[in-house]
Amino acid sequence: MTASLLHPGLVLVLGGLLLPFIGVTWRHLWVLVLPIVTLVFTWIVPEGLLATYTFLGYELQAFRVDSLSRLFVTVFGIMTLAGMVFCYRQAKRAELAAAMVYAGSAISVTLAGDLLTLFVFWEAMAISSTFLIWSAGTEKSRQAGMRYIMIHLLGGVVLMTGITAYVLQTGSTEFSAMTPDRSSTWLILAGFLLNVGAPPLSAWLPDAYPEASFSGMVFLSAFTTKTAVYVLLRGYPGTELLIYIGLFMIFYGIIYALLENDMRRILAYSIVNQVGFMVCGIGIGTELALNGAAAHAFTHIIYKALLLMSAGSVLFMTGKRKCTELGGLFQSMPVTAACGVIGALAISSFPLTSGFISKSMMTQAAADNHLLMVWLLLQAASAGVFLHAGIKFPWFVFFQKDSGLRPSDPPMNMRVAMIVFAALCILIGVVPGILYNILPYPVEYVPYTADHVVVQLQLLLFSGLAFFIMLPWMQRTMTISLDFDWFYRRLLPQLATVSIRSWNMIKGQLLSLAGSVSWRARMHLHTLYGPRGLLSRSMQTDVVALWVILFLAAYLVFYLFES
Amino acid sequence: MNEMEKRHWLYRGENLKKIWIGGSVILLLTVIAELLVKLHPYFKIAEVFAFHAIYGLLSCVAMILFAKLLGFFIKRRDDYYDR
Repeated sequence: MTASLLHPGLVLVLGGLLLPFIGVTWRHLWVLVLPIVTLVFTWIVPEGLLATYTFLGYELQAFRVDSLSRLFVTVFGIMTLAGMVFCYRQAKRAELAAAMVYAGSAISVTLAGDLLTLFVFWEAMAISSTFLIWSAGTEKSRQAGMRYIMIHLLGGVVLMTGITAYVLQTGSTEFSAMTPDRSSTWLILAGFLLNVGAPPLSAWLPDAYPEASFSGMVFLSAFTTKTAVYVLLRGYPGTELLIYIGLFMIFYGIIYALLENDMRRILAYSIVNQVGFMVCGIGIGTELALNGAAAHAFTHIIYKALLLMSAGSVLFMTGKRKCTELGGLFQSMPVTAACGVIGALAISSFPLTSGFISKSMMTQAAADNHLLMVWLLLQAASAGVFLHAGIKFPWFVFFQKDSGLRPSDPPMNMRVAMIVFAALCILIGVVPGILYNILPYPVEYVPYTADHVVVQLQLLLFSGLAFFIMLPWMQRTMTISLDFDWFYRRLLPQLATVSIRSWNMIKGQLLSLAGSVSWRARMHLHTLYGPRGLLSRSMQTDVVALWVILFLAAYLVFYLFES
Repeated sequence: MNEMEKRHWLYRGENLKKIWIGGSVILLLTVIAELLVKLHPYFKIAEVFAFHAIYGLLSCVAMILFAKLLGFFIKRRDDYYDR
């Protein structure tokens, strides 16, 4: 079957592995052409099971295409192409290679029809994304990458344990909808949830991503969390627990982003927040909610990459990341600022942007299902998104006080990538049919009604009012906020130091005790068996013979008395 | 060109008031618009006039206050992990 050769993910995985051996001129062409090849493959392959193979007696479905996986592969392909345009001239060779393998692995996870193939590419994604973080080349990125891979390997072990148990229990490796009702499906769910940024381990994301290079974080924002959203969509639709996990992630993201000073960490917390909306939608589980979660993943990848390209351009041109050091940049970076603002409007779900037509599907689903509390929290969260990402990011980076910095806009290729993604955010917002037509379920939802636009504008603009009324409270300080990573970055190392110190002390005591005991024992043995010891003196034959006679005589006497 | 003219119009003090007035007019318009379109509230609470405006404002104030409060406990200097 020829279609089985047109695997959109393997193109990028193999292309990325070969990249380091290609000269500079061809490399530029290579990184731009391969994502296009991926996109073409994605749309010419038919739906269905396209490649199977047998491994350890299991029939594996390595290549399966349906509307849901095609949707995700499409946006992953678009993301890879735009990301490459953004940085192919500026990023290091190692970074481009890692990013390609990473994107290819994410696509391969999406196309995997069985759990074992899924797992292999799941781990390939963890490893290649770690290399992507490391390619920033700083000491901080080395340490952050190490913490990142530790957490993801832990997640991998949990996932593999779950998969093994699942295959043993059901005899099937196929990846289809599951319910968390036994140990195996719980473990698989836990493995998926780790990558989605769910509590309590959400901290791996804002800890590691902002330490990647200016362009590395653009790629990182797209793939790991969104493949996790994809596997939850396919594996656990309608699992009620996900509603609450999603809501927690939404508010965790908002609150931590409000406290944060580093512009890219603000956007990292905002990833957790946005993915929380998707997880919540998956938990609601109706066709509208699942469509909404899938659509939101699609639009989110584009506007979040746009926001991170905008932040990345600022970092690239100024070398600064902190809100306290930035401000007033709109004067000298008009393109970057305009694109950043469009991304900010899209993430806030302003009418005429992509976020409006995707997020509203999930709030509508909550309303249709009469989930009042969920609906109220989602509405508050929508207002909060405008607060922490929609206004806070552009305000502190491009406006607020004039920092005096006058960097120019970044080079041409970086501007082009931003303009294209900004245009996409608006295009999808204005013509939602483009996206609605490729969603997994048929869409009857109409986002643009007069009352929806009015209430959404009220909600957003009045949260903007709250921002400016409380601006003195929003001023940034040179601080970070402690998170769960404190346990493994502070508490555990300190416990380890304390226990090593105490062990060393105890060991010293034990050694000196053992020393004195063994010295005494040696002296005792020396007295008995030493050269002049009682038991090692030589005796003369006559004395020995005399003793033998005496013993025998004594024995005879005893014998006589006995009988 | 003197120092004042060199500054962008957004940063000139006399414009700050205009921006606030313009912003307030837009806010007012979104509330007035509610009188002109027929709303289809799904819940009783959303039938209150200007519900989304009030709710958006109050929930944001609440989130900022909560973040501030939490900040007292979890904020550390940004070189905390480097020391």
